[in-house]
Amino acid sequence: MRTIKILGSGCANCRRAADLIETVAAERGIAIGIEKVTDFAAIAGYGVMSTPGVVIDDTVVHAGGVPSREAVEGWFD
Amino acid sequence: MSSIVHRPIGTPTRLGIVAVSVILWWLAYGHLTGFADALLALTGLDRGTHLGEALHFFLYDTPKVLLLLTGVVFVMGVIQTYFAPERTRALLSGHRAGVGNVLAASLGVVTPFCSCSAVPLFIGFLSAGIPLGITLSFLIAAPMVNEVALVLLFGLFGWRVAALYLVLGLAVAIVAGLVIGRLGMERHLEDWVQAILNGQKAQWQGDTMDTSQRIAAGTSHVRTIVGKVWPYVLVGIGLGALIHGYVPEDFLATFMGRDVWWAVPAATLLGVPMYTNAAGIIPVVQALIGKGAALGTVLAFMMSVIALSAPEMLILRKALKPPLIATFVGVVASGILLVGTLFNLIL
Repeated sequence: MRTIKILGSGCANCRRAADLIETVAAERGIAIGIEKVTDFAAIAGYGVMSTPGVVIDDTVVHAGGVPSREAVEGWFD
Repeated sequence: MSSIVHRPIGTPTRLGIVAVSVILWWLAYGHLTGFADALLALTGLDRGTHLGEALHFFLYDTPKVLLLLTGVVFVMGVIQTYFAPERTRALLSGHRAGVGNVLAASLGVVTPFCSCSAVPLFIGFLSAGIPLGITLSFLIAAPMVNEVALVLLFGLFGWRVAALYLVLGLAVAIVAGLVIGRLGMERHLEDWVQAILNGQKAQWQGDTMDTSQRIAAGTSHVRTIVGKVWPYVLVGIGLGALIHGYVPEDFLATFMGRDVWWAVPAATLLGVPMYTNAAGIIPVVQALIGKGAALGTVLAFMMSVIALSAPEMLILRKALKPPLIATFVGVVASGILLVGTLFNLIL
């Protein structure tokens, strides 16, 4: 199972990003665990300046706004 | 297992769609008066009556402002893809106070900004060695001087008011940042912020985009922004139409006119606890100006509502200690006060 962290203060875009990632993962039958990181110190520790940010296996793959569907599909291929 | 394949739309297709949209936009924008006249004729009302004049104002201004908003928000959505926060930070680092503050305030206009990422952005800037004063110039300008406020002011009050708002908003952000920078308040950052600044990890450098993705970003910006603000726009124009048709001019002049010395301080103070976005404040602004309030007073109120809000202060409070928050509010409020007063004196 891959752990995916969503960095963000819980705004609407963070929820949308999480939903999109869950949908794409479910379509491909990939098991994922989503963890929401809302602590500002932790978010800043990843060097992310605009939320939502997405971290897969401790690597930042996206920051700022809801990622595009194509981008999310790219993470799982 | 079957999965849906989403084929990305190619750049030529997207550019074609944009070209057709621009032509349609231009045609529609050129026929606003005819459109309003034709619709009014359908109702059988005459522009000589109060109701007829109010309705004509509404039928003319609604499509006008919505068209302007869609066009400008799309263009801004594309421009913003060139100014991701990471890039803005790179542009700002290495500049000293003065030039740095001017640059920071200007970049605040074109960099995508949401107050929910104010704290990560704040820390990202500081950790790149950008001074506190310059960072704050950015954080003041970003919410206050934005494309929605400018479009609405342009659409409803003309380019002069929009240009003044742009220039004065930038001036407040630049001067407030300079002043706070001079005060040397870095020690009033919260301890955890100082800890991060002293031991920074690797930075996320941002994505690269092709033309097709930039156009897609513009479209999605339109969907988000216009989708959110259109009800405010309708209320604002509806209110404006009623004022235009019914309320006698100079109704408010005695309370909020140019000669009332306490009007600007009162408007600024009143605006601090209030919170709404640029689109939400426009109906109020329109009502005030329509009834004879002085422009400087109204602009001070508008800036105060947008730039100094309780929710944003609560977010920033997580990174700033109370003395720095208080200084921030005090300096920005003084700047707004000065701008409003000067404006009333000059105009």
